[in-house]
Amino acid sequence: MNAAVETFLSDEIGPLPFCPGCGHDRLVKALDKALVSLQPEPNKVVIVTDIGCIGLADRYFVTHAFHGLHGRSITYACGLKLARPELTVIVLKGDGGCGIGGAHLLNVARRNIGITLIVANNFNYGMTGGQHSVTTPLEGLTATTPQGNIEGALDLCGVTIAAGAPWVYRGTGFDGELPDRIADAIRQPGFAMLDVWDMCTAYYLPRNRFGKKDLAATMERLGLQSGLLADRPRPEFGELYRQIHADAPPAPTAKPRIEAKYKHALARQTGIVIAGSAGQKVRSAAGLLARAGMFAGLEATQKDDYPITVMTGHSLSEIILSPERIDYTAIESPDYLLLISRDGLDKARGLLQRLDRSATVYAEETLELPVTAAKVVRLPFAATAKKIDRLSIGTLALAAMLHDGGLLPLQALEESISAVLKPALAEVNRRALAAGAALAGEAREA
Amino acid sequence: MGLEFLEGNEAIARGAMQANCNFFAGYPITPSSSILQHMLELVPQRGGVAVQAEDEIASIGFCIGAAMTGSKVLTATSGPGISLYSENIGLAIIGETPMVIVNVQRQGPATGSATKGAEGDIQFTRWCTSGGLPVIVLSPATVGEAYELTYRAFNFAEQYRVPVFLLTNKEIGLTRESVDLEAIELPAPVERARAAIDEAYRPHYFDQPTAVPAFADFGGEQIARFTTSTHDKDGYLAASPPVIQEMIDHYAAKVDRAADEIALVKQDFQPGAEILVVSYGITSRSAAVAVRSARAAGVKISSLVLQTLYPVPATALVSAMRGIKRIVVPEMNMGQYILEIERLAPSGVEIIGVNKMDTTLVSPQEILEQGGLK
Repeated sequence: MNAAVETFLSDEIGPLPFCPGCGHDRLVKALDKALVSLQPEPNKVVIVTDIGCIGLADRYFVTHAFHGLHGRSITYACGLKLARPELTVIVLKGDGGCGIGGAHLLNVARRNIGITLIVANNFNYGMTGGQHSVTTPLEGLTATTPQGNIEGALDLCGVTIAAGAPWVYRGTGFDGELPDRIADAIRQPGFAMLDVWDMCTAYYLPRNRFGKKDLAATMERLGLQSGLLADRPRPEFGELYRQIHADAPPAPTAKPRIEAKYKHALARQTGIVIAGSAGQKVRSAAGLLARAGMFAGLEATQKDDYPITVMTGHSLSEIILSPERIDYTAIESPDYLLLISRDGLDKARGLLQRLDRSATVYAEETLELPVTAAKVVRLPFAATAKKIDRLSIGTLALAAMLHDGGLLPLQALEESISAVLKPALAEVNRRALAAGAALAGEAREA
Repeated sequence: MGLEFLEGNEAIARGAMQANCNFFAGYPITPSSSILQHMLELVPQRGGVAVQAEDEIASIGFCIGAAMTGSKVLTATSGPGISLYSENIGLAIIGETPMVIVNVQRQGPATGSATKGAEGDIQFTRWCTSGGLPVIVLSPATVGEAYELTYRAFNFAEQYRVPVFLLTNKEIGLTRESVDLEAIELPAPVERARAAIDEAYRPHYFDQPTAVPAFADFGGEQIARFTTSTHDKDGYLAASPPVIQEMIDHYAAKVDRAADEIALVKQDFQPGAEILVVSYGITSRSAAVAVRSARAAGVKISSLVLQTLYPVPATALVSAMRGIKRIVVPEMNMGQYILEIERLAPSGVEIIGVNKMDTTLVSPQEILEQGGLK
């Protein structure tokens, strides 16, 4: 057993750097006392700070020291704790950091990540000349509130409690119990915060004649409580995270890989566009076609276009099938255009006008098409799909195209359906495939 | 054997896992959100942690904290998110933090077109933070390269202790392609050099400026220090100008003087060619079509495709420029990487940018016409 550590403050880099009488000196020593009482291994403790006078403190400890960007210390602390849950991670942060990093304060409380946050709250920015911060009391005089602060002071404990912090304490640097309360906070498995009020002797004290007795008086004036304000443990985030993932079923095995089994009839790169509406499973149908091509030994690409609100408006997919590597993935003029809804037609109108006579359009028969040079095949896709499943319209149209065009055997599309879709959905799609092929066959005979 | 049908974003997640990534934090943003989704699924399966943070600043902050414990970390966003990462990218540079940052570019500026592709962040990525020190930037052209270059990005991050960017595009991230990832040959994985346990740890110690300091994990046996402030080799605040300059020279030299080792390029040279196309990312695929088409029409033309954008692969570029009278640089932006080409090209060489920023791909036809390749 190692001898007990008598102080966690290093004797290697000289005395603490704070102004005479600064509260940060008291706070750092209170933290040291707390650590001495807890006796953690120094290499299992990280002191994390950010910018502000208290941010000078981390390197004075014999523990790991992490000094980051202004207001962001909580984020590094969370990363350290999530990656190494066995570490004791203590953040020393100023009231300024709580302003610029307010989102992190709320979210660490809400998530309940097991770090200890000690706020060295001295009501102004000491490092930059004594400007007002989010905790400057009403009427407080600072470099930036020379007529007295007209902004309300943020109740750091109140907001973190509201955000869900399980353990919250408010006190002053003069409280004899502070080292014990810091030790209590460090013992918490979840997030714990201490809002420690003290004096900035360089700026806030002289400007406001703000002495030791004013700390308690200001709390009273602002209607704020001191002492342990929340003590309601709940499971820590990292613990829950590891638990839910340990309980999760084993990872699915690798996705099925596609081997060429069928022959294709493509002499060159071929572009197919399916233009429909959100909710018509256009992207899914496009994926089925692409994989069908791969089952027939082709290379494939798929690009989708849809509005940012995914459940309304058009849904358009571009599929390229090619016997060779596909370089340029845009389709300027498709070889096949499948129009299965009015939204799709509207989106593809420009495309339709660019088509030449070598292209073929398969269109839902109720759509009114503009003039096009392409060959047009109009079939009752919607009415036929409705008898099977409205959402199978894409597969139905694809089957009609494949039946006619002979690009790939229909079996390749069926193989793709079986490989990708769950059994019930696969069955629906197989029926759509048969119905689509039949539609095309009947049309041809007629 | 056999093919998969994957989007670039999934390939990035797979590449990261292949590199033993064990920490991810990100914030949803189109078109990169599916990387977050895949990592949330994949990372915990290997015992790591993947979380959605409250914003981009927290995402990269979590990652820097985790990286300093020894984790291999990834974060992913799009251009607007890189703006928010900016200050922390500087922190990763000054703290010599190994990390990989994915930018799935979309049309900007500002919110721009969230679901549309672009490559407007090229110079932004190189100069993305205060101080102007170098980072490594890789740019894939295909889904397969997205996988490979993500893996290589981890190796570079570990080797040089620097943030490495994978600069991709909605046009790769959200485009699905038939691909066989297992057929892609990868180099051996690189792990950051760890400091010897019996020595007093010096977090930024180097003998030569190009040397990369050995790493000690936060939480490991040795006491580690990390700071955003100007510091010396011991990680203590430094105010002495010669010490500060020595550290700055080191951050620059360890990356810039390794440019040839970091350079990943694809050469397709034709003897006697006087025209060179220099391209990268998705646009290099249009360039490939244009080059084939020009050659078929009897034009002698060479092509250099850059997978490493920064540090600029100057040796490969200068060598490719020998005997060249015209250089064509197609880009999905208003002309960004062309600045590097102009800097390196011998005087008298004609340099033509083919530029477009209307959310659509630069087409082979546009390269042929505007590049004068017909």
